[in-house]
Amino acid sequence: MDSVLSEDPVALKILVAGGFGVGKTTLVGSISEIKPLRTEEVLSDRGIGVDDLDGVETKSTTTVAMDFGRITIRDGLVVYLFGTPGQERFWFMWDELSHGALGAVVIADTRRLTDCFPSVDYFEQRGTPFVVAVNCFDGAAQHSVDDVRIALDLEDDVPVMLCDVRRRNSAKEVMITLVEHSLRTLASAN
Amino acid sequence: MSDSPQWFDEEAGPIVRPYALIRGRTHSSGDTFDLVATVRVIGEPTDEPGPEQQLILRAARNPISVADLAVEIDLPVGVVRVMLGDLRDNGLISVTSPSAGGARSNERILKEVINGLRAL
Ligand SMILES: Nc1nc2c(ncn2[C@@H]2O[C@H](COP(=O)(O)OP(=O)(O)OP(=O)(O)O)[C@@H](O)[C@H]2O)c(=O)[nH]1
Ligand SMILES: [Mg+2]
Repeated sequence: MDSVLSEDPVALKILVAGGFGVGKTTLVGSISEIKPLRTEEVLSDRGIGVDDLDGVETKSTTTVAMDFGRITIRDGLVVYLFGTPGQERFWFMWDELSHGALGAVVIADTRRLTDCFPSVDYFEQRGTPFVVAVNCFDGAAQHSVDDVRIALDLEDDVPVMLCDVRRRNSAKEVMITLVEHSLRTLASAN
Repeated sequence: MSDSPQWFDEEAGPIVRPYALIRGRTHSSGDTFDLVATVRVIGEPTDEPGPEQQLILRAARNPISVADLAVEIDLPVGVVRVMLGDLRDNGLISVTSPSAGGARSNERILKEVINGLRAL
């Protein structure tokens, strides 16, 4: 055994957010070994025809899968990617995940740009550094990055980039852009 | 007959069994464990641990994150947290949170990550 105590392992979290079917799972899978991580969602008890069990706590939960990827930078330095559904009912997961997160990637599809509004709002409000990655689906009208920036009313310093989440190099560029952005955010805060 | 039926919701996975493991509890001292907190085995069980506890203790022989552990033993995170809370209360494991905000605020580490990503 090593006599020298190794540094505590460093684990960094990056969130991958965006509307339904926008390419979150594909992005995480392009850059890391992806595994489904099961987590619980507490169901509202407004179900119809549910028996009223007096005095018994009947909080029901179901499990939802979230995309979970891991990139090992070196021994003891790991980046974890979490792709979470964009709907508001999943925000309980975001609250947990964005705590101490390095940053977030918001994936946008220009054919339905409004789908990413909630994600953008969320990270702006939390002060989580984020980048907007416009996933260029085949045949989608090519919008300029500037159009997207204007439509989303983003701060000037928020990076917006085009990407193809299916390509590893493109996914890599997105991640690098995010970490560089986090680094700048950090530097300007000091 | 001897095969006990397992009911799966295709989307969600087994929806009953995990909660049986923790007797329907949804809370424990492990509730607040971060998904990327590090789990380590630090003690030897005195009693024979249950099969799932054994799985955890085996998986955490080398330090492992809570999320990786949940994937490895294929149980939902909430269930794993409850079991981890119990194991920690019994002195069998330690759970170390990622240093609060520390990593985000460490330029050296972020630069290392950027270079590491470039090299992928
Ligand atoms: N042509 C094309 N198809 C893509 C691209 N990105 C993703 N897809 C496809 O679009 C579908 C949705 O992608 P996913 O990665 O599953 O999207 P998601 O955001 O994880 O979806 P949900 O988890 O259901 O919200 C898949 O069938 C992908 O193969 C792309 O850049 N071009
Ligand atoms: Mg998905």
